[in-house]
Amino acid sequence: MVANSVLHVADVHKSFGGLKALSDVDLNVEEGTTHAIIGPNGAGKSTLLNVCVGRIRPDSGHVVFNGEVLDNHTPFEINQLGVSRVFQTPEIFSDLTLLDNVMIPAFASRDGAFSLRPFSKLRHEAAIREEAEKTLADVGLEVMKDREAASLSRGDKRRLELAMCLIQHPKLLLLDEPTAGMSRHDTNRTVDLLKTIKERGMTKVIIEHDMHVVFSLADKISVLAQGRIIASGTPDEIKGNPKVQEAYLGGAH
Amino acid sequence: MKQMLNREPFALAAFSLVILLMPIWLTPFGANYPDLLQKFAIFAIFAMGFNILFGLTGYLSFGHAAFLGVGSYAAVWSFKLFTMNVLPAIVFGVAFAGIFALAIGYVSLRRSGIYFSILTLAFAQMSYNLAYSVLTPITNGETGLQLTLQDPRIIDNAFSTPGAGLPETNLFGIDMSGYPGFYFCAVVLIICFFITRRIFNSPFGLTLRGVKSNQNRMGYTGINTRPYTLAAFVISGMFAGLAGSLLAVTDPLAGAERMQWTASGEVVLMTILGGVGTLVGPMLGAWLIKYLENIFSSFNENTLEHFFSFLPEGLQAIAVDVSSLFVGEGWHLTLGVLFMLIVIFLPGGLMEGWRRLLRRFSGGGGGKSEPAVAVQPAE
Repeated sequence: MVANSVLHVADVHKSFGGLKALSDVDLNVEEGTTHAIIGPNGAGKSTLLNVCVGRIRPDSGHVVFNGEVLDNHTPFEINQLGVSRVFQTPEIFSDLTLLDNVMIPAFASRDGAFSLRPFSKLRHEAAIREEAEKTLADVGLEVMKDREAASLSRGDKRRLELAMCLIQHPKLLLLDEPTAGMSRHDTNRTVDLLKTIKERGMTKVIIEHDMHVVFSLADKISVLAQGRIIASGTPDEIKGNPKVQEAYLGGAH
Repeated sequence: MKQMLNREPFALAAFSLVILLMPIWLTPFGANYPDLLQKFAIFAIFAMGFNILFGLTGYLSFGHAAFLGVGSYAAVWSFKLFTMNVLPAIVFGVAFAGIFALAIGYVSLRRSGIYFSILTLAFAQMSYNLAYSVLTPITNGETGLQLTLQDPRIIDNAFSTPGAGLPETNLFGIDMSGYPGFYFCAVVLIICFFITRRIFNSPFGLTLRGVKSNQNRMGYTGINTRPYTLAAFVISGMFAGLAGSLLAVTDPLAGAERMQWTASGEVVLMTILGGVGTLVGPMLGAWLIKYLENIFSSFNENTLEHFFSFLPEGLQAIAVDVSSLFVGEGWHLTLGVLFMLIVIFLPGGLMEGWRRLLRRFSGGGGGKSEPAVAVQPAE
């Protein structure tokens, strides 16, 4: 295990019935880096993220976050340790306003998994409100802060979800195809946004199909195919790796 | 800005005024007699509490009448064992309902959606049947729990000799029947409104709304939803217990029929009619149902003939025949039709109707309209 590893996935196996979704997966994400996971459809990329956030328990192996073994942690406990996740299909609070959407995670970070203070007033939470407005401004949604989240376009919903994660200042941010279904314009905006986050030193794991996005963000890339990591390295190493080309070209000999 | 202005004192004052003046403004509706006014206040508390669970978290409990019943029994026992003073009675009612809700909620909240509803329904029916059978020593079975001359009433009897007849419930000497009873319930309702409003406007309330909106996201946001929903369940159970004890305060007897599933269903109807998740909607729904139950059901052919007396003879007979289906015994028909109309045309209940009216009269909602949004690139 590397000394400054934030996330260490050790020997993780997971099968669904007869299907081996993940076998022998070993992954090290170093602090402050952006680690991209690429691979063809059905390679097990989303399953890997699900294992990391506690949605799925591995059949064997461990996930270690900041020295803590996440074997019996529930998703909310893992988030409280400092892991936030953006989903492939945005998971937001559709019938609340954008501001409320961002304030709920802010309260969760400040007050913990449960705090019973039914009589404290939202009006008095000026600091949280300001931070929520600032975070919405960061993702370019501040003009719509009083709108219902359901009225947003798909790309804006993704940006909102990103804001919900960013306001928590996570130690590790997991992004599952953050630009899927976005126009080129919106993709570029999101990439720029993710680059500024990188400057803040936040560690990220990103699953992405768009190679333009991958190569402009990633410090390290791991390639997953049929549940196995077939290659790991810097973007340049990956580009020249024959095994990767084989996996992407469908195993042509 | 709106967050700078504290609207709380204004909202409380306006609400108190409306509630305390009910005997006056309800006169034209023929609903200004104390019995009905007490029911208005009590069932408003019941519905308001139910809405803290259903309106905020989206968990539809079909067994809330059980807590109403527990509150009533606890209050009557307080009258029998300790004192006729109503304050200990409502404290016991709220406390026992709270404990009961904690136990039922702890089990039921392991499931959500329809399974949660069925679990609560099962628990409530179980309580109802137990009250009729095994628990007869506590509930007095079919007769219902009543005051008797043999009751110990330890505290009262220590300070004064018991009178000849059954004593009245009182608040430090003021009898809690008639208008004093209504004003007592009204003050409790105002306190409940204050509490509910605080909950709605707190980070806690916002979190509960998050549970309703997307429980899955809550987990990945670091929030443990179980204690939040349990807290909402217990708080709303305590409101129900409070309402139940107030029923005993205004009329000191408690029967198991108060816990039946029809009573649980009634509070669901009240909340939906008035507007789920709104602050005063459930209260309006409670008033509407109690009004129909008490006023419409008392109409008879004579009242209708008098009402349609402006019509020529033949038409009058037809009008009376048709409309008599909807009053008296048939008031449930009116309620059913009304419920269907509201669910179909005003899914947000009476409060949505009110908002639509406001929007129409303020010329398309100038003040509260969405801020002008710059052209957004389409996806």
